[in-house]
Amino acid sequence: MGKLERIAAQQDRAAGRGLSRRGFLSAAVGSSFLFGFARESKAAQTYPLGAPLPPPEFEPNIWCSVAPDGTINVNIIRAEMGQHIGTALARIIADEMEADWDKVKITYVDTDPKWGLMVTGGSWSVWMTWDVFRQAGAAARTILVEEGAKLLGIPASSCHARNGRVIGGSYSISFGDIVAKAKPTRSFTPDQMKSLPLKPASERRLIGKPVKSLDIPSKTNGTAIYGIDAKIDGMVYGRPKMPPTRYGSKVVSVDDSEAKKVPGYIRYITLEDPSDTVPGWVVVLAKSYPAAIRATDLLKVEWTPGKTANVTEKQIQDRGRELIAKSDVGTMIFNDKGVDEAFKGAKRVLEQEYTCASVMHYQLEPMNAIAQLKDGTWEVHCGNQWQTLFLPVIAKALGVPESKVKMVSYLLGGGFGRRLNGDYAIPAALASKAIGGKPVKLILTRSDDMQFDSIRSPSVQKVRVALDEKNTIVGFEHHATAGWPTEVMAGPFMEKGVDGKPYDQFAIAGADSWYDFGTFRVRAISNDLAKETFRPGWLRSVSAGWTPWAQECFLDELAHELGKDPVAFRLELLNGNGPEGRNKGKAPDSNGGALRQAAVVKRLAEKAGWGKPLPKDTALGMATTFGQERGMPTWTAGAVKVHVDRTTGVVTCQKIWLVLDAGTIVDPDGALAQTEGGALWGLSMALCEGSEIVDGVCRDRNLDTYTPLRMPDVPEMDIEFVESTEKPMGLGEPGVTTIGAAIGNAIFNAVGIRLRHMPVRPEDVLAALKEKGAA
Amino acid sequence: MIKFKLNGRDVSLDVPEDTPLLWALRDDLGLTGTKFGCGVGQCGACTVHVGGRATRSCVTPISAIEGADVTTIEGLDPEGRHPLQEAWQEIQVPQCGYCQSGQIMQAASLLRDYPDPTDEDIDGVMGGSLCRCMTYIRIRKAIKEAAAAMKSAKTEGDHSNG
Repeated sequence: MGKLERIAAQQDRAAGRGLSRRGFLSAAVGSSFLFGFARESKAAQTYPLGAPLPPPEFEPNIWCSVAPDGTINVNIIRAEMGQHIGTALARIIADEMEADWDKVKITYVDTDPKWGLMVTGGSWSVWMTWDVFRQAGAAARTILVEEGAKLLGIPASSCHARNGRVIGGSYSISFGDIVAKAKPTRSFTPDQMKSLPLKPASERRLIGKPVKSLDIPSKTNGTAIYGIDAKIDGMVYGRPKMPPTRYGSKVVSVDDSEAKKVPGYIRYITLEDPSDTVPGWVVVLAKSYPAAIRATDLLKVEWTPGKTANVTEKQIQDRGRELIAKSDVGTMIFNDKGVDEAFKGAKRVLEQEYTCASVMHYQLEPMNAIAQLKDGTWEVHCGNQWQTLFLPVIAKALGVPESKVKMVSYLLGGGFGRRLNGDYAIPAALASKAIGGKPVKLILTRSDDMQFDSIRSPSVQKVRVALDEKNTIVGFEHHATAGWPTEVMAGPFMEKGVDGKPYDQFAIAGADSWYDFGTFRVRAISNDLAKETFRPGWLRSVSAGWTPWAQECFLDELAHELGKDPVAFRLELLNGNGPEGRNKGKAPDSNGGALRQAAVVKRLAEKAGWGKPLPKDTALGMATTFGQERGMPTWTAGAVKVHVDRTTGVVTCQKIWLVLDAGTIVDPDGALAQTEGGALWGLSMALCEGSEIVDGVCRDRNLDTYTPLRMPDVPEMDIEFVESTEKPMGLGEPGVTTIGAAIGNAIFNAVGIRLRHMPVRPEDVLAALKEKGAA
Repeated sequence: MIKFKLNGRDVSLDVPEDTPLLWALRDDLGLTGTKFGCGVGQCGACTVHVGGRATRSCVTPISAIEGADVTTIEGLDPEGRHPLQEAWQEIQVPQCGYCQSGQIMQAASLLRDYPDPTDEDIDGVMGGSLCRCMTYIRIRKAIKEAAAAMKSAKTEGDHSNG
């Protein structure tokens, strides 16, 4: 079973669905195509903005259509949250179809079962859509060539498609005219679809070429419509009053005598939530949002708090340490034969603990949704990254079948994984239900948003190495514990370890590296106290944003211990060898394996001038990863140049270099933009961010204390993609993954101190310098 | 009843005096290009011009702008072709785009004060505008490109007038 089929099947299991649903999911994974569907979904936004939908004269499959005027529409089921994903995906279909790009537009669709799995995350979009959209484009091209040839009176075998026309000798006809005259209806069986010839890489005319993203103009003039901009006639405004704990709080009493004095106050609603997504939440309704803000501030609610009301980040981390010390908990991702013997027989065993603090999303558009009951269907209007996951939760909360819920898509004012968790839709839906289905627009203030952010869990990791008498690595262990988002929100979606136990791949990916460690054990442990206290979230680059903090820093420590150069040391280990041949890679996704990772490391060292002298207290540090996950490796090497100020402890990053091999790059500028942003996220999380659980909730409530990186902190950047015609991998997150560890390693190289907690704060630097000076 | 000029037009509005300008613009006047980010004037997503000065609309009560001239992203240029908007498109600055109205309005104010801004000028003025997608490199580049375009347009204008 391929990865996508597995994901689809897991979703089925997650939703408790049977075969019928799997049938349409297969449409999303390219094994069959649907034809002759009725156009039900209204587009939330079509780009270019305001362009009318074409009459659906020719729809060779659900993904694209060609109108008689030649306009080509491409349906996008992914959320647009800054990655210009519609443009990249439309380029794939248009290239294979031989479309005229100027006639292509994209439509972000609402939920409908026919689309299959609607999720935007994991850096999966291009990788997931690559085969499906090429086949869809090939189907359209094949039919257009056949019909065009008939109209031209030339055998189809003598015709070809190019730039929106079918050409035979000196004659040609446009796609639009073909559709207008021939009204094609032909379809293919799934097997025929699969056997349609695809263009070779050398014939690609749009993929890999520069393009202006279709969503950008509207984002420069105020016309782009995000979830928070949606309006429905007659809507009222809502703001939640947040309980003291994320779980288990119970409303004892509500007093709205002060709130009533606010002009425009309507009422409060104590939510009854059968889905248990928002226990103890109270929603205040008002005629305007400012009135809702004020009235909520004045509403007095007494709760019985949940049992985590006094939990601190330290307690969560100490619980993580306790769990790691137990050998019988967690799930083994790798557990190679002989690993225990390697440690027992080792000449030397070295180990270290690394920790990371909570990290907040701070997506700039606060959580919001509009809900209403319209013509018997519940409509939820919002930006969301995982409609397939949350539509059933909304249905459960409302007590209606899933077929009676529709999610309407909008642009996302930042996703970064926050909107994979659709919890914010529930209070809007329940508030609307309480007033008979009238439209409610619910917005969280920033403080509300941050109090219960689905944070990146704090984590504790222990890494250990076994060395033989020649200082060769014969065994390696990587243990990681954190709150598991997938366990909490999408349990059946979890993967199975080599021991058959479930685990959250997004809370360990990155540790399961491609190094030849002889024998390797990777263990993931769910931190139960974290899970009880907050709702662990997926946050940009998920665990691949923090597992390298342990493994890549530790490898540098080890290199220094053994007197080896960190780059040369990694190249030795990235040799393609390892148990079960797993580091050799497998076509199409990881073709070339560890050797492709070695190649980006070599190129990085050249570019960054590795080994050349630098001014005092200034140094390079590097790290390497395989992007997000072994099944979809984006081979990544990153280096940073930092300066450490010994008097203030301030670490300044002066330059970032990144070399990435993500296979075929579909949209070069979009790829670059994602990587620029990702790298700065990595830097921000390493030096500027980091929060803390205090009294069971997130300490930080706004930018006064939570301080993501801003303009003056931006270093110079040099990013390079390896030219490749391999299958495209993801690029939304890999830019993040190397930076934290590269910073940690560079600080050591600059001033000789090893910091093992992320983020790195000036006071930590000063304390370590003092300790080193004293030693 | 509060009266002021919005994007060149006279408007009057009957809302409580302490209503933040942000919500009046978005919900009462239908201009949603100005965004709600932090609500405390620290992210810059809500930036508009009041009397030509960059102003955080989320912390500006409507009563404070009686008689003032307010410009939002929708009114920065009648055709949406201010040199900054052109540069933003050319350099493909926005990712999610949510902060970009505020970034552009802040940058317009920057260029009025510093027609030829240095990196330090840009850091100093734009440091108050958070971009969570971290498009900062491109924002800097686009500001410089727009500054150059405005300068050469001015030079050409001077020539044609002279």
